[in-house]
Amino acid sequence: MGEFLRLAVAIAAKDIRLELRSRTALLSAIVFSALVLVVFNFARDPTALAAVDLAPSVLWVTFAFGAVIALNRAFYVERENAALDGILLAPVPRSALYVGKLLANLAFVTVVEAVALPLFVLFFNVGLGHALPGILAVTALATLGFVAVGTIFSAMVVRTRFAELMLPVLLLPFMVPPLVGAVQVTAKLLAGRPLSEMLGWLRLLTLFDVVFVTLCILVFPAVVDE
Amino acid sequence: MTAPADAPLLSAHGLVRAFGALQVLRGVDLEVRAGEMLAVAGPNGAGKTTLLRLLAGLMRPNSGEVRVRGRRLSRDDPSARRSIGLLSHHTFLYDDLTPAENLQFTARLYGLPDPAAATRAALEEVGLAGRADTPVRHLSRGLLQRAAIARALLHQPDILLLDEPFTGLDAPAADRFRALLASQLARGRALILVSHHLAEAWELATRVAVLARGRWALESARPADLAAFHARYAELVSG
Repeated sequence: MGEFLRLAVAIAAKDIRLELRSRTALLSAIVFSALVLVVFNFARDPTALAAVDLAPSVLWVTFAFGAVIALNRAFYVERENAALDGILLAPVPRSALYVGKLLANLAFVTVVEAVALPLFVLFFNVGLGHALPGILAVTALATLGFVAVGTIFSAMVVRTRFAELMLPVLLLPFMVPPLVGAVQVTAKLLAGRPLSEMLGWLRLLTLFDVVFVTLCILVFPAVVDE
Repeated sequence: MTAPADAPLLSAHGLVRAFGALQVLRGVDLEVRAGEMLAVAGPNGAGKTTLLRLLAGLMRPNSGEVRVRGRRLSRDDPSARRSIGLLSHHTFLYDDLTPAENLQFTARLYGLPDPAAATRAALEEVGLAGRADTPVRHLSRGLLQRAAIARALLHQPDILLLDEPFTGLDAPAADRFRALLASQLARGRALILVSHHLAEAWELATRVAVLARGRWALESARPADLAAFHARYAELVSG
């Protein structure tokens, strides 16, 4: 297990170093997320719908779009000079490659979310206050779920001609369960509802994470091997 | 890490590989022992690169098998891959990292005890120590090839698979690389070299083979006369 984690961390560290060097995907995802918030801010009619009613959906649509942009780069960086073959040649369990990519993607998406959340508060004038710890917890749960699925789809589409188009088409349907759960929990948190009202959704999010992370680790070797 | 002299380090039996309706390899057998170099020639599309990818475990055959030291090369057993080094058409390098960073990452994948020292040694061996910290995207084709050679040799593999390894190398670099291959053979490593220009490594080869239409058209000890081989090659490929 120590060796497995060492390899996964090496792969994640390499991806983070590559992204820090180029900054293309992360900056694009952050700018895109900010633009989504700006568009929603100007497109809504404040007299028809209170900001707090719309806010949970806007927050999670922003996170989802930002994540898709960030996830597109996950295996794209392995295309240059057939670098993925270089990893597959090494005595690295395929599942360690998956976990490494998952860790790197979680880091990227977390950065995007960390920038988008304050912008969301600014644009929608929503006081997070007491709800902040809960929102951070549900963000962690939902993000793990859709990044786990996004990582494997990113590997699946990377050898196709239209990878950047294919990823959202494949991924968005699988993002629906964690997004619905996250929107429901966020809405209740912002409305100051008791934790007991959210337990069902939190269980669903946890179950989604456990099932999809396990499934992706098991399926990934078949995805990357020719 | 050296095998008994009579046991093949790498063997393949009945390798068949098709891409859809296109049959690329139609039953290829081979064995390479410690200190041997098999030089493989063949026209474009003969299946040379596919053969190397199968031998490296990057691709699975439709039928047949590859064995490393008698152990079947399989997806579920990554340890056999430790014995293989592949120098491909592609460099396997990340353009935004330097050669040193690329090699240190590779060293970690192979679990080398001191990635920094292994990287330094490999870059010095190919004469790239002076450009160790230049991003790969700023290297010339020849320097890129040297970095790729360093990457392939970094973990000291017992079996080296070389696909057109002299591409982009200038004359001094090619000489240096030939000396490097000779030292690998002297250390008991097994080499398979695929090239359109066998003259570049003719003296090092112990055996030669011609792959045509997915099969061996010739497989023998290296003839003394390269010109005679070229004539025979032309016959085999056109026939």
